[in-house]
Amino acid sequence: MRPEETYNDQIVRLFLLAAAVWGIVGMAIGVYAAAEMAWPSLNLGVPWLTFSRIRPDHTFGVIFAFGGSALMGTCYYVVQRTGHTRLAFGGLANFTFWGWQLGCILAMATMPFGLTQSKEYAEPEWFIDIAIAVVWVAFAIVFFGTIARRRIRHIYVANWYYGAFIIAIGLLHIVNNIALPVSWTKSYPVYAGSVDAMVQWWYGHNAVAFFLTAGFLGMMYYFVPRQAKQPLWSYRFSIVNFWALISVYMWAGPHHLLYTALPDWVQSVGMAFSLILLMPSWGSAANGLLTFNGSWHLLRTDPAAKFMVTALVFYAASTFEGSMMAIKTVNALSHYTEWTVAHVHHGALGWVAMITIGSLYAMAPRALGQPAMHSRAAMELHFWLHTIGVLLYIIAMWIAGVTQGLMWRATSPDGSLTYPFIDSLIAIKGWYAVRWFGGVLILCGMVVMAWNLWHTAAAARARLIKPIPVPIPEPEPHQVPTPLPAYG
Amino acid sequence: MAGGYKYFEAIEKNAALLGILTLVMVSLGGLSEITPLFVEANTVSPPPGVKPYDPLRLAGKDIYVREGCYLCHSQMIRALRAETQRYGQFSVAGESAYDRPFQWGSKRTGPDLARVGGKYSDDWQRRHLLDPRAFVPDSNMPAYPWLAGAKLDGDDIMARMRALRTLGNPYTDDDIAAAPKAVGGKTELDALVAYLQGLGVANEPKSGTKPIAPEPAR
Repeated sequence: MRPEETYNDQIVRLFLLAAAVWGIVGMAIGVYAAAEMAWPSLNLGVPWLTFSRIRPDHTFGVIFAFGGSALMGTCYYVVQRTGHTRLAFGGLANFTFWGWQLGCILAMATMPFGLTQSKEYAEPEWFIDIAIAVVWVAFAIVFFGTIARRRIRHIYVANWYYGAFIIAIGLLHIVNNIALPVSWTKSYPVYAGSVDAMVQWWYGHNAVAFFLTAGFLGMMYYFVPRQAKQPLWSYRFSIVNFWALISVYMWAGPHHLLYTALPDWVQSVGMAFSLILLMPSWGSAANGLLTFNGSWHLLRTDPAAKFMVTALVFYAASTFEGSMMAIKTVNALSHYTEWTVAHVHHGALGWVAMITIGSLYAMAPRALGQPAMHSRAAMELHFWLHTIGVLLYIIAMWIAGVTQGLMWRATSPDGSLTYPFIDSLIAIKGWYAVRWFGGVLILCGMVVMAWNLWHTAAAARARLIKPIPVPIPEPEPHQVPTPLPAYG
Repeated sequence: MAGGYKYFEAIEKNAALLGILTLVMVSLGGLSEITPLFVEANTVSPPPGVKPYDPLRLAGKDIYVREGCYLCHSQMIRALRAETQRYGQFSVAGESAYDRPFQWGSKRTGPDLARVGGKYSDDWQRRHLLDPRAFVPDSNMPAYPWLAGAKLDGDDIMARMRALRTLGNPYTDDDIAAAPKAVGGKTELDALVAYLQGLGVANEPKSGTKPIAPEPAR
């Protein structure tokens, strides 16, 4: 008789805690930065509180610290359960946790003091990039090591997305950050000018593709069927979407550089692939939503399901918006304006944050040995705070962005420009305040979630939870992918 | 499952195969789009008239990066009528040949700066950086008063120029040796103003069309 193997949920709980904390930190910085845009003297004359210094802290904090912790935590949870095996390399898994947290803290502690490469979403300086790369390789070893020792031969589709996320982010991070250090605090990238621009937006766009999309689709493909208590609507469709999504996304980067000094053919290729991208994006969203067929009543009773369904709707909407914005004529208006900001938050707050929150609410009770979250009312409150906050935010920024775009191009009958630049800023200042208020609501929701998680974790803190044993499956010689193994 | 599926099933059960195929699929796009640009960048030398940054402007550019100016100001005038009317001749790739990293930006909370050089006096730029709302009451740009008190370090600039030379900037030994003198006694504010005043002026390719009469960015 072999000794009983249990799931390693200790590491999942650590990442859960980190995600809850980073969510609040990252979004609080965002709220502060938003306030500074409306009321610019709020930096109080302090260099490291100034908008231009803390904005990278907001983006890094929410994408890599909050999103990254949530992704790594759910990834470890999902890969164990879909493979019926304990996580490989427990010590290395702990290293990925502490290493990732240290990397995030280092990055966020240095950027406000001007240590930056100025490449958006890749701002941390070279020594932090190296640390991040080391942790990432360790993460890949743990993940693929666990895949290697799985007991279910068929690899569930959620793991494909997590795997693609790990491979692609490693590639993007390393290629984009190759730099020659001058000192500990300064480096120059090996790329210059338009090549640097192309490399950066290949990275920037695919950080969205593989961090904010593929990773979270992995989350979606596990937790949505789980929460809907339904098999995935179409497993085959998920396969088609997977290959289409990962191959097409990588081509779409140049839509960040339309009408710029980048060669025209690259711009056109980027635009064409951005339009094609709508198909796998909507395919994935449809697959998730249709999985709720037969379980729509859950929307009345289960806030986690509500978060997931809303997330998928936002995913479909924001990817449609993204493809439209990649059309050159639309981009001529939208680029450089607040519309871009609206689009980013449409995706990040609507899709990414909501699928994360839904998945955390689904995973936390199981990982914490509880039948349910501590308070369902608090989950409901969080849902409404978040939804109203996101809507306020993106509607305000849509209006502001279109206003800017139209005012910048407006010409008087004599052919001269109608508005000086400052008029476009005066026209949208009120919307900056509305956006800030939307952000405050979202932040309040995150605090409610943290409170709820803290109380759900009471037993875990008292070390009263029993590890969950790994179910040893019967051998299945001709396994057909039957979604979804809903154990533990 | 239909017949063809069994071939695909092999991928789904083999982690190594799945991983390799994923890597291939994600590599295609980047390779197709970036490789030609690399080849082009390595065969075409920077356009005539575009020189690497002199020490003071190099220091200024690095301060521009450090302060995060690129988060609110683009340096890329698109080939669109309203843009050339507001900011001047559209930007061409050669102008940023020595920008490491590039500073094209992605957002205009404030106006584009690609051709801001010479549009305002040094004194205006200096005082505007120290207190933007003294000039433009409705501006939401932060003030950067700390730049005025910080002195530049000649050795540091030399180290930066040496690193850039390694990466391919044609600095001579004399250029680098002259750096401490060029930045001696200068503040970060001086450097940033020098950088801004060179934008669209010092990096303008000599061949090519002359700007359509630019309107001042108001």
